[in-house]
Amino acid sequence: MSQYLLSVYEAEGSVQGAPATPEEMRAFMGRVIALEEEMDRAGAFVFGGALHGPDAATVVRGGTGLDKITTDGPFVEAKEHVGGFYIIDAEDLDAALAWAEKVVEATNHDIEVRPFRATGRLEDGH
Amino acid sequence: MDDVERAFRVAHGPAVATLTRLFGDLGLAEDAVQDAFVTALDRWPRDGVPDNPAGWIVTTARHRAIDVVRRNRRGRELAAEIGRDGPTAAADPETSEPMRDDQLRLIFTCCHPALRVEHQVALTLRLVAGLTPAEVASAFLVGEETMAKRLVRAKFKIKAARIPYRVPDDAELPGRLRAVLEVLYLAYNAGADGAGRHDLRAEAVRLTRLLAALLPDEPEVAGLLALMLSDARLPARGREDVVLLRDQDRSRWDGALIAEGQALVLDCLRRRRLGPFQLQAAIQALHCAASRYEETDWAAIVRFYDRLIAVMPTPVVALNRAVAVAEVQGAVEGLRLLDELGSELAGYHLWHAARGSLLRRLGRRTEAAAAYERAAELARSEPERRFLRGQSETLRRR
Repeated sequence: MSQYLLSVYEAEGSVQGAPATPEEMRAFMGRVIALEEEMDRAGAFVFGGALHGPDAATVVRGGTGLDKITTDGPFVEAKEHVGGFYIIDAEDLDAALAWAEKVVEATNHDIEVRPFRATGRLEDGH
Repeated sequence: MDDVERAFRVAHGPAVATLTRLFGDLGLAEDAVQDAFVTALDRWPRDGVPDNPAGWIVTTARHRAIDVVRRNRRGRELAAEIGRDGPTAAADPETSEPMRDDQLRLIFTCCHPALRVEHQVALTLRLVAGLTPAEVASAFLVGEETMAKRLVRAKFKIKAARIPYRVPDDAELPGRLRAVLEVLYLAYNAGADGAGRHDLRAEAVRLTRLLAALLPDEPEVAGLLALMLSDARLPARGREDVVLLRDQDRSRWDGALIAEGQALVLDCLRRRRLGPFQLQAAIQALHCAASRYEETDWAAIVRFYDRLIAVMPTPVVALNRAVAVAEVQGAVEGLRLLDELGSELAGYHLWHAARGSLLRRLGRRTEAAAAYERAAELARSEPERRFLRGQSETLRRR
């Protein structure tokens, strides 16, 4: 079993097809809740969350032993940003891609799938 | 290419495929097969090429891979297990069930949609067709180092992202198979475009033949094979002059390839599951069936284009259809259809060339010359440019 990060990409400003009315919002929520329950039942859901936008982001720079500099804003100024993510357990890439397709269907957003190289706490002896 | 080299190429795909299933590691499989080839290079010239070269390579590579995995702790159990696994090696690679599935697994892994297309092609030629990295590099006109990096990156992604080593299930198969066929057709066309890369064309045909044998129930594979064979009747398009279909010496076409392609097309027509490759092959078969250009059955060709455009509605198909329609309904109708495609194909030299041809037929010589001139400016190869400029100049001379 491997773990994958499914990043939900959003475009800045209003997005075509994004829920605009309360009814659409309810339908959107319904789809996402149903999907997360499905992930749970399949034992795929590890963690997930929705993020505030880039205007709530802060970057800390510096280096080991150097002064740290804190600045307002996202690390990379871009039209698209990660609006949320899932971490899932999946047998292989095809299984992860199948979940990603479902997330695209439920959220109407594009998804980037990335395998974890390692997970959990770094331990001695590695 | 001598016997040993040929045997290596044929053995490479089945051997890597089987080793990958046994050890679950594409890189290890490739290295072990490489080592087995080195051993073979030493022994075969002395003892003769064995009856079943692929089987010999698999056995030797398996011992080699077991030696490698024994060196680490995790591998020891695996090695013991595989050592007990019995003689998979004695099997004939093209017919035995496990090896058949192994090869399909390898092909579908190399052509996985999570890999970019140029990586899919490179991996398929390297691992399935057994071309050396240098041969793959020269097939795609890139440096050896660039190609080596490309192969390393592709194999890294397979491993890191855990691209599975399996044959897609029935629901996924059509989409995944289309990707495989595109890769094979791309390899074929890369070979067709250069006389010096003839070998690549032959390899693409060999792989498509293999795939057709592995997936006998998929008519699109037979369709692609038929399309390749009917195209292969012509010499590779190299630096030679362009010769229009109308002017080709049909007695010089390769009759054996044509006959094989036409037999495949007939099978496809009987199966009645015509996809894009089968329809293109059927159109080619009709061209091949005419012993003179004037005998071409254009009405039948238009009917196949109608069906092709229904499943493959691209501007280039519409362009080819318009050219065929002009032969049946006349140049005015053909030109009308071509002009409808202007917004999509204004940058495509063959659209301008087709317009030039129909305008000339309608006696509109100045416009025809201008169309050929524009086509020449947009042409992608020197022979095409020379040919199109020649047409334009002939039209302007009088």
